Amino acid sequence: MSRHTLSVLVENKPGVLARVSSLFSRRGFNIDSLAVGPTEHDDISRMTIVVSVEELPLEQVTKQLNKLVNVLKIVELDTSLSVQRELMLIKVKADADSRSHVLELVQLFRARCVDVAADAVTIEVTGTPDKLEAFVKVLEPFGIKELVQSGMVAIGRGARSITDRSLRALDRTA
Amino acid sequence: MTERMTGAQALVRALEHVGVDTVFGIPGGAILPAYDPLYDSVKVRHVLVRHEQGAGHAAEGYAQATGKVGVCMATSGPGATNLVTPIADAYMDSVPIVAITGQVASAAIGTDAFQEADISGITMPITKHNFLVTDAADIPRTIMEAFHIASTGRPGPVLVDISKDALQAQTEFHWPPTMQLPGYRPVTRPHSKQIREAAKLIAESRRPVLYVGGGVHKAGASAELLQLAELTEIPVITTLMARGTFPDGHPQHMGMPGMHGSVSAVGALQKADLIVGLGVRFDDRVTGQLSTFAPHAKIVHADIDPAEISKNRHADVPIVGDCKEVITDLIGAVGTAGKGDYTDWWTLLNGYKETYPLGYDEFEDGSLAPQYVMQRLSAIAGPETYYVAGVGQHQMWASQFIDYENPGTFINSGGLGTMGFAVPAAMGAKMGRPEATVWAIDGDGCFQMTNQELATCAIEGVPIKIAVINNGNLGMVRQWQTLFYDKRYSNTDLQTTRRIPDFVKLAEAYGCVGLRCERPEDVDATIKKAMEINDVPVVVDFVVHQDAMVWPMVAAGTSNDDIKIARDMAPVWDSED
Repeated sequence: MSRHTLSVLVENKPGVLARVSSLFSRRGFNIDSLAVGPTEHDDISRMTIVVSVEELPLEQVTKQLNKLVNVLKIVELDTSLSVQRELMLIKVKADADSRSHVLELVQLFRARCVDVAADAVTIEVTGTPDKLEAFVKVLEPFGIKELVQSGMVAIGRGARSITDRSLRALDRTA
Repeated sequence: MTERMTGAQALVRALEHVGVDTVFGIPGGAILPAYDPLYDSVKVRHVLVRHEQGAGHAAEGYAQATGKVGVCMATSGPGATNLVTPIADAYMDSVPIVAITGQVASAAIGTDAFQEADISGITMPITKHNFLVTDAADIPRTIMEAFHIASTGRPGPVLVDISKDALQAQTEFHWPPTMQLPGYRPVTRPHSKQIREAAKLIAESRRPVLYVGGGVHKAGASAELLQLAELTEIPVITTLMARGTFPDGHPQHMGMPGMHGSVSAVGALQKADLIVGLGVRFDDRVTGQLSTFAPHAKIVHADIDPAEISKNRHADVPIVGDCKEVITDLIGAVGTAGKGDYTDWWTLLNGYKETYPLGYDEFEDGSLAPQYVMQRLSAIAGPETYYVAGVGQHQMWASQFIDYENPGTFINSGGLGTMGFAVPAAMGAKMGRPEATVWAIDGDGCFQMTNQELATCAIEGVPIKIAVINNGNLGMVRQWQTLFYDKRYSNTDLQTTRRIPDFVKLAEAYGCVGLRCERPEDVDATIKKAMEINDVPVVVDFVVHQDAMVWPMVAAGTSNDDIKIARDMAPVWDSED
C-alpha cells in the first residue's frame, strides 16, 4: 500500500470534521494523519489527510469525499511537487552531563529547544516524516519522556493556488 | 418583501413555497411550535401517523409514487430516532425525502436534556446531507437547500433538525432565499467521448446486455430506454429497483437478475461479453460472488453518482451522468456506430427463457401456493396498479410473478431490506396517487411490524388493499434454515396460522374490511371482492403453505454460475464455454 496526501478544502462549518472522519471509518479507510485549520479565506478550512491505500480504493476515498456537501475541492499532492511538514514536540531526559549532546543534535536537525528544566529539555522540530523519524531515533538513547506530533500539512510548489477557484465558487453563492 | 414571523411560521411558509402538500408526522415537545402554524396551513395536509417509522416510510412511498420529495416530521429524541430506519432505507434506495425534527433548545443541546438525541450525528452516515438549525433566520434557506439536495443528483434523504428556540424566535421571512451550497454540484451531462466509446463497444459486442437499475426510473428515462433497447435489439434485465422500468411483456425482457433472479437474466449476465449498466450499483445481491460475476464481460457503467462507478466492478467505460441524458446520447451514438450481430446470442437466451421459465410447485393437500396468489393479483388488479411490498419471500414472489408494464409501479425496500415497509409506504403511495389502486403485499412477519398505520389509513380515508401472505413464519429466514441450517427452525415460527393475531379481526378492529382466503379456488373471488371495496382499507389474509420457497436462488456468497432452479437442481448452461 502506498501513502497519499490529500488536500481537502471544506466549508468552515460545524460538524465538517465529523463528517469527514466518520466517512473514513464507515467506508473502512485508514487515516495515517489528519490536520485541519483555517486558510487565507474565513469561509474555508483546509484538511490535509494522509491515507495508506491502493490506487483504486484511493479513487473511492476521493469520490466519497467529493459527495460530502461541505467539501469544496480535493487535490492529491505529489510528494515531489509539494512541501510536506509535520511538527513535533519532544521532551527528552537531559541533565548537566547529557544536555550539551542533546543540544548538539538539536542544532544538527535544525530543531529548537523551547523549554529547559533541571533534568529535561523540550524540543520543537518540524520537517518531513522521515526527518522526524530520524530525529526521534537519535534522541531515543537519552530517554524520551513525552512526545506529541501534529498531522502533516502540505502545500503545492510553484505559484499556483488550489484555493482560487473554490473562492470564486464561494463568492458566487454569497 | 420581508415579513416578520416566528421560525415555526417561517418553516411552514417555506414548506408551502417548495410545494409540499403532504407531511407525515407526530407532534411532541420540541416540534410543537411548528405544529401550531401547520394547523392553519391550507396548502399542507399533515397526516397524523401512529409511529414515526410509519411517517418515514409513508414519505418514501409518496416520493416513489409521485417523483416528488416526501416529507416526514417528528419531535426530538425518540421521535427522531424512530425515523432512523426509514431514513436509512431512503438512503439505500436513493429516495428523496426530507425529515424535519424538533431539537431541544439550543442552550440545552449537549446536556442530555429531556428527549435529547444527537439526531444529526446519528443520521450522518445515512443521509445525503443533514442540518442542525439553531437560528430562526436560517430556516427558510435551509429548507430550500434540503429540498434541492434531496431531489437533485442522486436523490436521497435530508434531515433538518431545528432547535425549539429557533422555532419560537422572531425572524424576517423572505422568499426565495439564496442557497449557499458551493460544494454541491451534481454532474448530469455525460461526457461525449465516453458515450462514443460505449457505442463502439456495443457495435463490437456479440453478447451484450442492458443491466437496468433504479436510476433509470428516477431519471424518468423509461421511454428512452425502450427506444435504445429496440434500436439496438439488446436484451434487457431489470433489477428489483427497476421492475416495470422496461415492460415485462416485451420480448427483449429477460427478467430480474440476482439472488432470486430468472435463469435467463442471470445467464445473460454470466455469458455476456458486454454489460451496459444504467443506474445500477453492481449490488452483491445481483453479482453474487464478485470474482466470478460476468467473467467475459466488458463493462459500461453509467450512473449519476461517480462513487458508484468501479466501486464493486471495474468499469471499462465509466459514464457519469443522469440516465435520461446518457440514454438519449447513447441512442444518437449507436445510430452512428451501428449495432452488432446478436443472432446467436438471442438463440441462446431465448433457449434459457423457454427451458427455465419461472415456476413453482402446487401443494397436493390443496393448500394455497403464494406464487399463485401473485399471479392472480397481477391478472385481476392489472398493470396500472401500484404494488408495494415488504421484505422477504413475498417480496421476491411479488417481483417474480406480478407483470409490471409501467415504470415505478413496484415499490419496495431493496437496499436496506426493511421489514414493515409495505403498509406505511402503500399509504404514502396512495396519498400521492389517490386515483390509482394500491395493493400492499406483505408477509405476516412484516405486517406485524407496522400494521398500526391501518388506523391512519382508515381515519384519513386512504383505502389501500393489503394482501398478507401468511405462512405463519418468517418465511425467508425459514427457507435459509431449510437449506443451510439442517431444518433447525430457530425462532422463525410466528404461529399466525393459529390466528394469533387474527388478521381479519385485527383489520376490523382498525376500521378496515378483513377477508380471508385459504384455498386456490377462492383466490379470484376474494381479490375481486377486495377490488370492489374502495371506501375503506381492505386486509386479505391469504393463508399459504409454509414450505413454499423462492426459486431460483443463488446462495449468498456463491457464484451466479451456481444458480439453482429448485433444491439441488441446476440449469444446464450451453456447452460452448
